[in-house]
Amino acid sequence: MDKISKSNYENFKADRSKFPEMGNGKPVIDLDSQKFTKIWQGPQHPGVTGNMSVEIIVSGDEIVDAKTHVGYLHRAFEKLLERRKYIQGFTIVNRICVPEPDTNEYCYSAAVEDLAGIEIPEKAMWLRTLNLEMSRLGSFLMWIGGQANSLGMSAIGQWTIGMRDFWLDLFEEMTGGCVYHMYMIPGGVRKNLPTSFKDNARDLIVRTRKLLIDVEKTFFNNSIIKSRLQGLGIITPEMIDEYGIVGPNARGSGKEYDVRQNNPYVKYGELDMKMITSTVGDAYARAEVRYREIHQSLDLISQILDRIPEKGEIQAKLPNVLHWKIPAGETYIKAESTRGEHGFYVVSDGSKFPRRVFARGASYTHAISVLEKLAVNISISDLAALMVSLHTCPPEIER
Amino acid sequence: MKDILTNLEQNFAVSNIEKKRDDLYFINVEKKQIISVLTYLKDYAEFTHLAFLQAVDRIEENQFQLTYMLYSFQHKTNFAVRVLIKRDNAEMISIHKLWKHAWQYQRELKEMFGINFPDSPRVDESFVLEGWEEMPPMRRDFDTLEYSTKTFYQRPGRSTNDPKKYMEKKLYKDFAKSPVIARKDG
Repeated sequence: MDKISKSNYENFKADRSKFPEMGNGKPVIDLDSQKFTKIWQGPQHPGVTGNMSVEIIVSGDEIVDAKTHVGYLHRAFEKLLERRKYIQGFTIVNRICVPEPDTNEYCYSAAVEDLAGIEIPEKAMWLRTLNLEMSRLGSFLMWIGGQANSLGMSAIGQWTIGMRDFWLDLFEEMTGGCVYHMYMIPGGVRKNLPTSFKDNARDLIVRTRKLLIDVEKTFFNNSIIKSRLQGLGIITPEMIDEYGIVGPNARGSGKEYDVRQNNPYVKYGELDMKMITSTVGDAYARAEVRYREIHQSLDLISQILDRIPEKGEIQAKLPNVLHWKIPAGETYIKAESTRGEHGFYVVSDGSKFPRRVFARGASYTHAISVLEKLAVNISISDLAALMVSLHTCPPEIER
Repeated sequence: MKDILTNLEQNFAVSNIEKKRDDLYFINVEKKQIISVLTYLKDYAEFTHLAFLQAVDRIEENQFQLTYMLYSFQHKTNFAVRVLIKRDNAEMISIHKLWKHAWQYQRELKEMFGINFPDSPRVDESFVLEGWEEMPPMRRDFDTLEYSTKTFYQRPGRSTNDPKKYMEKKLYKDFAKSPVIARKDG
């Protein structure tokens, strides 16, 4: 013990020849120094719904710089919509996001109704609420599979995506379409509920709840999942306003912002629901928020099924939609998708064609600014999990 | 909300105050005052969330309309600030110091509309259109037909049909001769 004295380590210098040089607290990135590797994760990547790539620079297995690249999925919806009549646009907008097309349909139709001054019947409002909530549920079920898969646990993905298929069958019963529904037409909805629908839906709610017990046991009570997701990608409350973070990503950090409750649309104002938040702000907290929102969705669907009126009109009277001129004006309609605030900004110039339609997706900031910030200093193996935990959906970034 | 609107009217050159719904307001602002109006709304009126920044091409008036859509968690209201700028050599003041994600919208606007935002970070990087050499495509005078005929070619051996004649000739040939139609004509 006596031999250990200050002189032994006073002049000690670690061998940093293999580590990058530091400047201003950050490593100085010089690709020629052989201490860094540049890797492209994507555009094809199982963790993302769609094509998006992250250009990362790693030192060892630690990410020191990340840049998101999009453009692999650009289909120019906004330009197309400028050259289409309002009713033709309705069949295009739901393609903007594959797992959750109904939010786009609703926002577009509601914006057109708002500009044209059309009020839709009571029953159509209830059917819209049901459709929107079912699409949220389907998207969440797909997400939880993706999150487990990104950590190497593909069994949960098989279960939940299998369960989502049963919900898609129910969509088919309701709307005639499995993936793209084209249900919420401007002026109301296209079809009435079939007679067996309510019973089938109630059965499926019970089966989904049963599956969620298994998901909770294997996912949320799993020490590997906990050790990898806890502390990953922490969003601080200050970041929410700075980066425009919305949805479960913001609610996971304690921000009480849910469009369904802050600015109720269709019939959400009449339903009994509570804001689901967490204060931790990491990927595990976001997963918990989303898991509780799955239960909330099931609860809301059963509430809606009880309250849909048996009789009533499902469509308002419209003029001839092929020569439909919408009065000049502009509006912004938003709804809560599974990723957060999803909105349509529609500008009309009084002609048969819209002047400008802009689809605001929550992933626009989550997948670029926020991901680029949170990806720094994490391990390369956690990047996929982080990307899924922000619930990025590339099609709504580039539209 | 009334206090905010009167404050804006007293202190800034705002016009066209329009209440679209209970939770949606529109105002027009001069280009020079955009930073001060947005700073006032963000720091004093609690409109802290920037939902989006987008442009509308008003080609008839030779102007671009920029829309800054703000949201307040306290008032639960959306507030849209509109600015009209000239269409030729369009240039706008960058707001990347107010919101950290604003540069994304500005990069997109530069690429899609050709509106320049000097000093905005990464504004010259390509967003969606890598290697694009044409006019910015979201401008109204961009000719999509001309571009596609110039860039792509028809697959050889493929014939196109006029839909109306095709329907008449192929699909309804027998139907047109059917007694039902004949009776109606007679």
